[in-house]
Amino acid sequence: MTQASLPQAAPPETSAPPTQLAELWRDFRRNRGAIIGLAIVVALLLCALLADVIAPYSPSEQYRDATLHAPSWEPVNGHRFLLGTDPVGRDVLSRLIHGTRLSLLIGLVSVGLSLSLGVVLGLLAGFFRGATEFTIMRLMDIMLALPSLLLAVSVVAILGPGLMNAMYAIAIVMLPHFVRLTRAAVIGELGKDYVAASRLAGAGTFRLMFDTVLPNCAAPLIVQATLGFSTAILDAAALGFLGLGAQPPTPEWGSMLASALEFIQSAWWVVTLPGLAILVSVLAFNLMGDGLRDALDPKLKR
Amino acid sequence: MISFIAKRLSLVLPTFLGITLLVFSLIRLLPGDPVEAMSGERGMTPERYTRLVHEFGLDRPLWQQYFDYVWRALHGDLGLSTITHEPVFREFLTLFPATIELSMVALFLALAIGLPAGILAAMKRNTVYDYTVMGASLTGYSMPIFWWGLLLILFFSVTLGWTPVSGRIAIQFDIPPVTGFMLIDSLLSDDAGAFRSAVSHLILPAVALGTIPLAVIARMTRSSMLEVLREDYVRTARAKGASTWRVVGIHALRNALIPVVTTVGLQVGTMLAGAILTETIFSWPGIGKWLVEAIHRRDYPAVQGGILMSATVIIAVNLVVDLLYGVINPRIRHH
Repeated sequence: MTQASLPQAAPPETSAPPTQLAELWRDFRRNRGAIIGLAIVVALLLCALLADVIAPYSPSEQYRDATLHAPSWEPVNGHRFLLGTDPVGRDVLSRLIHGTRLSLLIGLVSVGLSLSLGVVLGLLAGFFRGATEFTIMRLMDIMLALPSLLLAVSVVAILGPGLMNAMYAIAIVMLPHFVRLTRAAVIGELGKDYVAASRLAGAGTFRLMFDTVLPNCAAPLIVQATLGFSTAILDAAALGFLGLGAQPPTPEWGSMLASALEFIQSAWWVVTLPGLAILVSVLAFNLMGDGLRDALDPKLKR
Repeated sequence: MISFIAKRLSLVLPTFLGITLLVFSLIRLLPGDPVEAMSGERGMTPERYTRLVHEFGLDRPLWQQYFDYVWRALHGDLGLSTITHEPVFREFLTLFPATIELSMVALFLALAIGLPAGILAAMKRNTVYDYTVMGASLTGYSMPIFWWGLLLILFFSVTLGWTPVSGRIAIQFDIPPVTGFMLIDSLLSDDAGAFRSAVSHLILPAVALGTIPLAVIARMTRSSMLEVLREDYVRTARAKGASTWRVVGIHALRNALIPVVTTVGLQVGTMLAGAILTETIFSWPGIGKWLVEAIHRRDYPAVQGGILMSATVIIAVNLVVDLLYGVINPRIRHH
């Protein structure tokens, strides 16, 4: 009786099942850390997109009469340096804002490269068991045997220092994770009925790979890609710091920090602020990634 | 058990060969001709050039050169550093104890703080304590350690003046290298202040290097502990009236630590790599700093040898961890 009367009692709009996205958002929203992470990521994104508008000065303009000026509200010769200036008189705030653009770009390029190559290799390993799978997976095992920073440094040692090579290095470092995740998800999906149905309906291997199976493997890849942003930003900053990534005068946070090292005792802001920017961005992507994982992983939902 | 060991060992060889291939391609992919680079500004006669090419074996097929390289590497011949003209292998061995010492102390700190913090966080789940530990751990995990090291220097060395900024020991102490580990060598020496000096030099780099492993260990211990606390045998132990500490200490902890051992093992590799940053900041004379300097000086034999040796050490550590994992967790052996 009660079971039969329940659907009638419910208002019509809630009887429709929530869409996947709405459900994801509902689960994601419950996690306060994830929301904070998302908010910071959105703020970083705005900073990066609007860098030319919101940065008070050019990141490369040198105010020679105001070198190593401490952060203050008081203007120097009509210029106000809220977060101070660096050893050659460039506005730290403007450089940090432009650095956001660079860091997100590094994340986007290296995650993009790594994800696309990783998905293809993972699909191949999942679909063609045997020699193909063996070769790909052993190669990934070898890459995983080296810690990420050592592998990145090795790759940069081969390719030569520079921003673009640092991005390639980071993409290579992250590759095994994407390949493994894709392969595991593919193997899990291949046994399911809908794949068999699609195969029987005459779908070719290519279509099965990218159209049928891949969309159902997206969840772990989305989480890994988000976390990949934090790895990319952190590793790029580390490479920049070691002088193996972005080269001065590029306003990259890690190289900004490195080039101000000798002033650590006299000018705290040139060292602390870029590091803080790195920490906050990495933390934001990690928080968001953790939140996404909890929202997307049905096992952890309860 | 024997087949388990054999299976693990069979994975080591391809990995090692893969890394030698990576390092070997480092030689081949480098722009420029190594022989021409040696000639310097004075140039070289064509006869001498041909002789040198032949001497280095560069006129032989690539695969022969590769096997030659692996063969020599297996015999501890990693070539001569182009800067110091010392054998790379010997340079590595001289500097390696400094890195091991730093990593061991860092790992010790990470375990000493991370394990109890993780266990307590699991026991006091969803309390302020739990949130604090998890928040701190996520922050530690996201920390750019080169910046964290600088902050430590800024606060403890520059502002408070408690610890020195760089190096392994104050220069007035002349400690003969007996073991290569400064903590032990300084104890062995008659100098009373030497050990104190060594400790004060070591503590900040160890904290910086230990931060990420600490965060990872705390997180891993907590989640593994939470999983185990849900098990039936824990509930049974509780129902039988065992105290909380007994349940946690005797029943839960032993099983909860199994995945933690793996995590700790993987952290050893991460730490050897993290030493690249930490040693650079603190001017710690270990292989990390040496490797970065070699890259900047284009001392390629040192770069290749350094990468090959570090990778070999890491593979060996991972193998030991894998085997240890099989010993403490019988379930894995039978798969």
